Amino acid sequence: MNVGAPLLEVVDLRIDLADAGLRHAAVEGVSFSIPRGETFGLVGESGCGKSITALAVMGLLRPPLAIGAGRILLEGREIQALPQSGLKRLRGRRIAMIFQEPMTALNPLSSVGRQIAEMFVLHEGAGWRQAQDKAVEALRMVRVPSPERRAKDYPHQLSGGMRQRVMIAIALACRPALLVADEPTTALDVTVQSEIIDLMQELCAEKGTAILMISHDLGLVARMCRRVAVMYAGRLVEERAAHDVFRAPSHPYTQGLVASMPRLGARAAHGRNRLQEIKGVVPSIAAYPPGCRFHPRCGSASDVCRKVPPEQTGIEGGGTVCCYHHA
Amino acid sequence: MRLRVNLVMGGALFALAVGAAVLAPLIATHHPFLDANLMNSELPPGSEYLLGTDKQGRDIYSRIVWGAQISLMVGVVSQLINTVIGTMLGLTGGYWGGKWDDFVSGLTNLMLSIPSLIFALAIIAVLGRGLMSLLIALGLTNWSFTCRIARASALSLKSQGYVQAAKTLGYSDMRIMLTQLLPNMVGPIIVIGTLGMGGAILAEAALSFLGLGVQPPWPSWGSMLSDARDAIITGQVWIPLFPGLAIFFTVLGLNLLGDGLRDVLDPQSKVRSA
Amino acid sequence: MLLLTLRRLAQMIPTVAAVVLTIFVLFSVVPGSIASSMFDDGRGMDPQVMERKRKELGLDKPIHQRFVDYVGKLATGDLGRSFKYDVPVTQVLADRMGPSLKLTLAAMAFAIVIGIPLGFFAALKPGSLGDFGTMVAAVSGLSLPKFWLGLMLAYLFALQLKWLPSFGYGDGGLRYLILPAVTLGVSPMALFARTTRAAVLEIMNADFVRTARSKGMGEVRVVSWHVARNVLVLVLTAVGLQFGALLSQAVVVEQVFSWPGLGSLLISSINDRDIPAVQGCILVIVLFFLAINAAVDVAYSLIDPRIRYG
Repeated sequence: MNVGAPLLEVVDLRIDLADAGLRHAAVEGVSFSIPRGETFGLVGESGCGKSITALAVMGLLRPPLAIGAGRILLEGREIQALPQSGLKRLRGRRIAMIFQEPMTALNPLSSVGRQIAEMFVLHEGAGWRQAQDKAVEALRMVRVPSPERRAKDYPHQLSGGMRQRVMIAIALACRPALLVADEPTTALDVTVQSEIIDLMQELCAEKGTAILMISHDLGLVARMCRRVAVMYAGRLVEERAAHDVFRAPSHPYTQGLVASMPRLGARAAHGRNRLQEIKGVVPSIAAYPPGCRFHPRCGSASDVCRKVPPEQTGIEGGGTVCCYHHA
Repeated sequence: MRLRVNLVMGGALFALAVGAAVLAPLIATHHPFLDANLMNSELPPGSEYLLGTDKQGRDIYSRIVWGAQISLMVGVVSQLINTVIGTMLGLTGGYWGGKWDDFVSGLTNLMLSIPSLIFALAIIAVLGRGLMSLLIALGLTNWSFTCRIARASALSLKSQGYVQAAKTLGYSDMRIMLTQLLPNMVGPIIVIGTLGMGGAILAEAALSFLGLGVQPPWPSWGSMLSDARDAIITGQVWIPLFPGLAIFFTVLGLNLLGDGLRDVLDPQSKVRSA
Repeated sequence: MLLLTLRRLAQMIPTVAAVVLTIFVLFSVVPGSIASSMFDDGRGMDPQVMERKRKELGLDKPIHQRFVDYVGKLATGDLGRSFKYDVPVTQVLADRMGPSLKLTLAAMAFAIVIGIPLGFFAALKPGSLGDFGTMVAAVSGLSLPKFWLGLMLAYLFALQLKWLPSFGYGDGGLRYLILPAVTLGVSPMALFARTTRAAVLEIMNADFVRTARSKGMGEVRVVSWHVARNVLVLVLTAVGLQFGALLSQAVVVEQVFSWPGLGSLLISSINDRDIPAVQGCILVIVLFFLAINAAVDVAYSLIDPRIRYG
């Protein structure tokens, strides 16, 4: 069990999108915390704001996006307002990130060995020769075969799975306390996906690194994470232990998501049924409905839902939910 | 925002040049070469001679305005020839493929291996001086880019569904090329054509400056500058200044226009201004 | 790398052959024979003299024979005899190559040294006044007629300010090179500035730059370790292409400044209807251009591993 102050605390985060003079709140009122060493999932559809939340934690938001309000605390220290010089000291060392597209995430003109070695030169003051050796070790750690040869290869010579292993090697090189993973397996083949996930979990468990896992894949998050937060249209709608979220979802949106997952063997057991879906579409940032943002698609919506956005309220069994009609 | 500025400014400058060319007979104050009066040679800008006179006493302003006709005509005609040649070759090469395409590609590569001005000079060396040679030289040496674009377009478009459909309907190749493929390439071709026109005007000016383009006594902005070389030494800077400005603003207009059109018609091109 | 160079040079061969053929065809199609162009001053020529001259120049042989002779002579470095100077063309060209090379290289150096950093700084502060100003200057640079620019610069710096000599090669010193090189280099400089700016903007927003930042790299390191080479790759194409334009424009600039290079030789030969000299000049210029292209290709594959290890 992890005790003490949480590793990462996000309090009431708001991210603004500047659009020709107007400012929209792309993400609003998001709060969650991650204890040391825990695997935490952030789930939602495309466009719900989960990726930019991850970028905000890293301080990598660029115009027209910016943090509008709220606090982000890493190991008890506020980091949302740190200047780039301060953030620079944290990145790579205390927090690291891996991205969705390993091909474009690596410099095409630099060997992978060198890109890993950079971490040691930057953060541990190692010389290049020494850093290259450590890079080979890092490749070995992420189970890349023939690491000495591979280190001299360029990104385009590696497969997608290999490149993602390289990214993991880079991210974990200096033993950060938190690894932010933004859909790391979405662009990979299904067979490779589970290898990468297993690798991540194993390495992070070994080093005591917490994982903030961003994904739209419910099944993946269910397997991997201890706690899960569900986002919809820029707001956090439910945040509970993974087991509870999937066994007994509390928010109507989560219920819809879980119900829509096709289950292996369901047809054999229950006969042929239509796949469940949630009616309607995700609203665009410029046109978020008033009140609860999910109300146009919600079966249980009532008057108050349409007018006043619900607050995050505690729920029995631990966790929060953002709904007037939660289960 | 910037792209609209390009279009507006470019369009305005070019329109100014075209206007001057078209209205030349009306707005010129003197005849471009018959009103030469050696007594009035090398006068600075004044009330009678708006932009001064050159060494032979000819009014610079009128020569610029009449020169617009010639310079623009050469630019437009030669660029038109280039565009037609390039489009035809590229379109047929890409569409038909095979030996014809090999030939077209080889020819294009050859053309790209020889700097266009050099080639134009070679042609003029062979054909002799004169307006005809100039048009031929300029018209035959600048079609490679257009050809490349047309060919690439044809290659990518010919496997599209609607083209296949037209084929099965029995459309002739010519009809397919003209009605299905050509309209889809118009955008980038117009952009290159506009920018190319600027290049053609600069090339004509350069050739006329070298004495190998438009022949005297007809005024061309380029040849006006070659007459003016000595004027610099004696300090009559207005003699080369104004024709040069005329070239500059016209070509600038075409470049801005081309850039603006590119932003509008061909947004995937790499060199973006914003 | 040697293998690469050799391979690239081998690729040049068909193009060179095609160029030689084109030049030959072009100049053999001269309406009115070459012999008469020697004496093209309006005087009627004695047919017997003309016949003799034709035999001398081998013009009475059939075309394919003449082509074979021509290629044969080229292989031994014989470019014919200049009509005007009555010395081998190679000799006439030899004197002119040095100044031409100096001018072209100086202009390219100027364009690269000024243009690329300019584009870089414009891109680092997009939308600023400096950026806008640079881009306006770049478009203007591309629209300027070089000979006019040359004249204006000569007027300003040579005649008014008297800082620099206005024309000629002089003693070969730097002072004489400055005005012609700057005049020639302005439009490539403008192009490089624009291309660099576009390349930097594109690269700075690339995913791998975001990764670099996420590793804890400061902006300076991000630019030097990751951005610079990627920008270079994009800009190199433009540099290579510009060489051709530069060679063309050099012809005009050499005229303006009475610079004794291949370009001014070409023009005077055209005016004198000295066909062998014209042919020789054009051949040399084009070969030089092809060589530069090959060199750029090789440089490209050295810098971009995607091409090397494809």
